[in-house]
Amino acid sequence: MALLPPEEGWYFKRVAKDEKMWITIALVVCLVLFFWMIVWHVYGKQNPSFTTYRTTPQEFNALTQAFIQKYKIGEEKGIPIVEPPPNSDVFLLGKMWAWEPILVLKKGQEYRFHISSLDLLHGFSLQPVNMNFMVYPGYDYVLTFRPTSAGEFYIVCNEFCGIGHHMMIGKIIVKE
Amino acid sequence: MFRTCDITGLKVDLRAEKLIQLNAVMAVVSLLIGVIAALLLVLTRWQVVHLLPVEWYYRVLTLHGLNALIFWIVFFEIAGLYFGSTIVLNSRMSSPKFGWLALILMVLGFLLVNFTILSGNADVLMTSYAPLQAHPLYYLGVILFAVGALTGVFLFFANLLIARKERTYGDSLPLFTFGLVAAAIIATLTLATGAIIYIPTLLWSLGIIKTMDAGVYKLVWWGLGHSSQQINVTAMIAVWYLGAFLTVGGTSINEKVSRFAFVFYVIGINVASAHHLLVDPGPSPAWKVFNTSYIMYIAVLASMIHAFAVPSAIESAQRRRGYTKGLFDWLKNAPWGNPAFSAVLLSIIIFGFIGGVTGVVNGMEQTNIIVHNTLSIPGHFKGTVVGGTTLAFMGATYYLIPLVFRKKIAFFGLAKIQPWLFGIGIAVLAVSMYILGAFGVPRRHYDITFSGGPFTYTFNPAVDFFWVLFALGGLLAVVGALAWILIVVISVFFGSPVKGPQDMQLQLASPPPPAKENHGFEAPGTLTLTLLFMGVFLIFLLLNWGWLSAMWEVR
Repeated sequence: MALLPPEEGWYFKRVAKDEKMWITIALVVCLVLFFWMIVWHVYGKQNPSFTTYRTTPQEFNALTQAFIQKYKIGEEKGIPIVEPPPNSDVFLLGKMWAWEPILVLKKGQEYRFHISSLDLLHGFSLQPVNMNFMVYPGYDYVLTFRPTSAGEFYIVCNEFCGIGHHMMIGKIIVKE
Repeated sequence: MFRTCDITGLKVDLRAEKLIQLNAVMAVVSLLIGVIAALLLVLTRWQVVHLLPVEWYYRVLTLHGLNALIFWIVFFEIAGLYFGSTIVLNSRMSSPKFGWLALILMVLGFLLVNFTILSGNADVLMTSYAPLQAHPLYYLGVILFAVGALTGVFLFFANLLIARKERTYGDSLPLFTFGLVAAAIIATLTLATGAIIYIPTLLWSLGIIKTMDAGVYKLVWWGLGHSSQQINVTAMIAVWYLGAFLTVGGTSINEKVSRFAFVFYVIGINVASAHHLLVDPGPSPAWKVFNTSYIMYIAVLASMIHAFAVPSAIESAQRRRGYTKGLFDWLKNAPWGNPAFSAVLLSIIIFGFIGGVTGVVNGMEQTNIIVHNTLSIPGHFKGTVVGGTTLAFMGATYYLIPLVFRKKIAFFGLAKIQPWLFGIGIAVLAVSMYILGAFGVPRRHYDITFSGGPFTYTFNPAVDFFWVLFALGGLLAVVGALAWILIVVISVFFGSPVKGPQDMQLQLASPPPPAKENHGFEAPGTLTLTLLFMGVFLIFLLLNWGWLSAMWEVR
């Protein structure tokens, strides 16, 4: 009785058969979902688990520039193209309103991505595979990627970072 | 100080009634701003029209978020809290003076925030993530609003104490007020978190504090951001129970179950805010999994319990009235012409099938990778807070107008279809946004053709179809919302007065006859519907996990 005090003895009233059935089903589903996330950490191959280091924009910028110098193979529209060897550390920098550098990767190989921002929060949204991660200033987010498909991929910024936000798009090329 | 309502027989504290009316008026004003902003946003994101220039897009998006998600709902909830703690309990307002103070603070906050946004000094969106910075007056506005709202919540608790002491109701609180207590407890924690994060942010914007850590800001901010939506969920469910009671005389088939579900919300729901940090560099995986699953599922379970309890209350009442043929005779013969009834039913369906199902996917550590910061996220909360809470509140006003404002509902014919216009519009909008997000379309993005950027990227051509649906759903929802605002404003300010029960256009259901001894199912129709829901839920989960497993590997 939503507007009136409940009737006498309401606390001791038995729960109806169908309501009990439903609550049991719902509880079991909730428990399965909880364990499933843990199971996926062991058997699944897509987990946003990670290592994070504290950094500063200056330090991260210096690391990225050194990385670009070491593996640069060309330029497109003023953005350096970099081809790091498999199993190496890769640096990707987000800033208003660009991603640096353009990466060339090999399909099936692992790369330890270090991702950080020079200014505001940015969103790392890899298209068309549609994987999305947050990019913070001051945090070096390390995610180990293994590209399982070849082709051209784009990094769309999907966290609002000022007026030029919609122009912030980067590129990853994955070779067979 | 009091009048006795000739329709419900309840004692009405006139001082409380005035405050309820003023808070409700502010709520409608906020919603109107939010809806106008929504129209501009739909016509901008739909690339075919692309109406606003870039800086105005983000400005109007900020305006929309704060008015539609914060001001409209909180003003309405404060009105609801005063209503539930005075009129429903036959009691008096503890301190009308503090009620006025709360209102003045909230209105000041509302004015400051809207002014700074419209003057171009706070293009920070609703989340205002540091180090993105707004003018200090913006943060001051938010703080004033939160302090005002917190004052209102404390008045609610004070009202309860007085009612208890003066024994104006029986031994236990009515379920509606009990639900509001749960909402108010969550609100206290939430608003306190808001003060904790916005005070240093204000000092930082004034230059007194030098740096704001982006990770700490986001962690604490979501203690306000998501939990405030949980206040809405809890208040919405209290309104569902109220709606079931007013429209068909439905009461929970077991009140203990309903009450425990509210307690679960208080325990579990605040921590669910952690799901905004699932793909962030800060918190550890163990922290993420524990908070979003172990704790959140207490709240998910609570929602599923309510999802059975409210429709079964309706079914049981209808069955006792004799609508016992088959599984759905009770539903067929429900008062569909009563807009409060259709609003509650649509709110339950939209909240469950769209908001709830997608919320669990968003809240799982791994599947969150698919949706985070895409258009799926606003798609999800269009299903919860707009199609759920806003629609439920709209339905409740159809009773509040005659009972609290003592006015007949203007354009009653329009009122009958208004929940359908708004509900269907929002449902179409929410589903199309969720699908657009699944194709990777980002939220909060001015131009998905990336004009001016170094590269261009074209989303899967299928998105074009969903953009059209998005526009249709959005426009329909705007029409539905404007229809509601028109009805409310005309009724309240120009409507003909209600002089007694004969002027009630809506039915106030009398209690159904007592139940016969029953050893079978109490609500077989509801059980069928909830099992159908569970099927949809599991299929949706499987699809998402399957899709996740096909992505690049990441660890």
